[in-house]
Amino acid sequence: MAKNALPIPSALRPGRGGVRKERPGPLEYTRRWPLRLIVAATLLFLYLPLITMMVFSFNTSRRNVVWQGFTTDWYVKAANNASLMEAFVNSLTIAFFCTIISVVLGALAAVMLWRFRFPGKTAVEGSMALPIVVPEICLGVAMLVFFARVMPWPMGLPWPLNLGAITIAHVSFAFPFVATVVRARLASFNRELEEAAKDLGASEWRTFWDVLVPHMQPGLIAGALLAFTLSLDDFVITFFTAGPDTITFPVKVYSMLRFSVTPEVNAASTVLILVTVVLTAVGLHIQNRNADNRKA
Amino acid sequence: MEQTWRQAKAAFAAIAIPPLAWLLLFFIVPMTVIWAYSFGENTGPTTIDFTGTFANYMRAVEPLYLEIFGKSLVVAGLTTVLCLIVGFPVALAIAFASPRMKSWLLLLIMLPFWTNLLIRTYALIAVLREQGYVNFTLEWLWNNASGLMTFVGLQPLGEYEPLTLLYNNSAVIIGLVYVHLPFMVLPLYSALDRMDRSLMEASLDLGAGHMRTILLVVVPLAAPGIASGVLITFIPALGAYLTPDLLGGTDSQMIANVIERQFKRANDWPFGAALSFLLMYLTFAAIAMQALVQRRSERRR
Repeated sequence: MAKNALPIPSALRPGRGGVRKERPGPLEYTRRWPLRLIVAATLLFLYLPLITMMVFSFNTSRRNVVWQGFTTDWYVKAANNASLMEAFVNSLTIAFFCTIISVVLGALAAVMLWRFRFPGKTAVEGSMALPIVVPEICLGVAMLVFFARVMPWPMGLPWPLNLGAITIAHVSFAFPFVATVVRARLASFNRELEEAAKDLGASEWRTFWDVLVPHMQPGLIAGALLAFTLSLDDFVITFFTAGPDTITFPVKVYSMLRFSVTPEVNAASTVLILVTVVLTAVGLHIQNRNADNRKA
Repeated sequence: MEQTWRQAKAAFAAIAIPPLAWLLLFFIVPMTVIWAYSFGENTGPTTIDFTGTFANYMRAVEPLYLEIFGKSLVVAGLTTVLCLIVGFPVALAIAFASPRMKSWLLLLIMLPFWTNLLIRTYALIAVLREQGYVNFTLEWLWNNASGLMTFVGLQPLGEYEPLTLLYNNSAVIIGLVYVHLPFMVLPLYSALDRMDRSLMEASLDLGAGHMRTILLVVVPLAAPGIASGVLITFIPALGAYLTPDLLGGTDSQMIANVIERQFKRANDWPFGAALSFLLMYLTFAAIAMQALVQRRSERRR
């Protein structure tokens, strides 16, 4: 007996009844071939260059043109390239500190804007959005001037303090992103829960920590991921704030691209991509687990 | 309901002071300094006097620089339109996918966005250059077509000439679309995902076709998402530095490249500051337009 003949309760089928099973339902846009084609083409466009680059990091030939044979020499070369490694570690360190500071500041900013009415709120909201919208180049040159003339970052500080200027610059543009993400999450918060907690005698702090923060958590994780990757990704602002002894990975790759392109760059880039992919996977895993816990 | 700050002054202070102080010291102050510099003059290799002159702005509106501004606007506009054309169907497909499929697609769209911009640009160079994969594919197709034509008794097509896909304006646009597509897809997706689907079902039930439903029901409902997607794509594209620097030719300099030159090479900070602020005013104009769209769509509700 064909499956089609089985009676399907009409409540399970939104939209028009009597649609044959093979045909996509009225709102199942994902199952329509033009959309599938566009999605496939888009993904190809997004991934082909990256995959090619990763594949050629294993190529024996120096030139990224024809495949000649498998090797991991470029990874060894990249790992032995002291300045490249230093830049890599610098980037991860900056991203780490930037994430911590940005999540705290961003969450506070989000709660402030979500919870309170205060004079000048529109202005504060506007200026909070500024670092997101101001072109990177403008923030970059502003940071260059700031750290050159207004607040010179002391030279010759021990690592990781010498990365302070870059970290500060990164936080300045990353924390408003975190604030936006967390605030979007807060919009779905039922304020009655907070009132209930207070009615039941919870203090301001307890309400914040036990009621509001758990609700914000997916936003905080998403915000942290965003801050980390924004920091790791940033080239322009770092390019203007970095001194000769505080090179980050993107700045280093940029200077390598200017001189000679070797598959060493491919190898280092592949590692960075893997770091990002792993972190993203971990972040999403945590997020999903929380979502499941809530459902249960 | 929001509470007034007076009801909980201590809590308000604890929450508001850290982010506001950071914003003031590490954002507003640097920006103000640049703004002051834009009215200054170079009086020595490292000294700048605040003379209140408009000379920097006058120089910035000379035809040479106006042309670069115009070009940056056109390039960013084209990038945004292309991203919207490609991004809308993708966002629609993701929003209506099954939950499992949806998270995979979102991940696939977001991963490149989480990948380093410089790496992505570098990867794109390898694909687009004369000995890159686009040209390899085209050459293969060309040679096959040529063979086919000889086979049916026509003149062969001749030698394949590789297309110059790099170091020109179209390379910059391709690169900007490549980099900014996730920026467009994500806000569109979140708007489409939140949308009340019963309205679409109602429209389809009442006999409107899919295109009509999308244009007359989905697009207005998703207008705030579209507006923010357009804004999020347009602004970084307008101020793009790396893409024109690495993919563009000598004539595809955008405004950010000119600003960089003033600060790093020409050492004319006041002029660079004036250009930065003009770029920022253009950005603000774009934001103001988005705010108008947003307000209009909110009023309609």
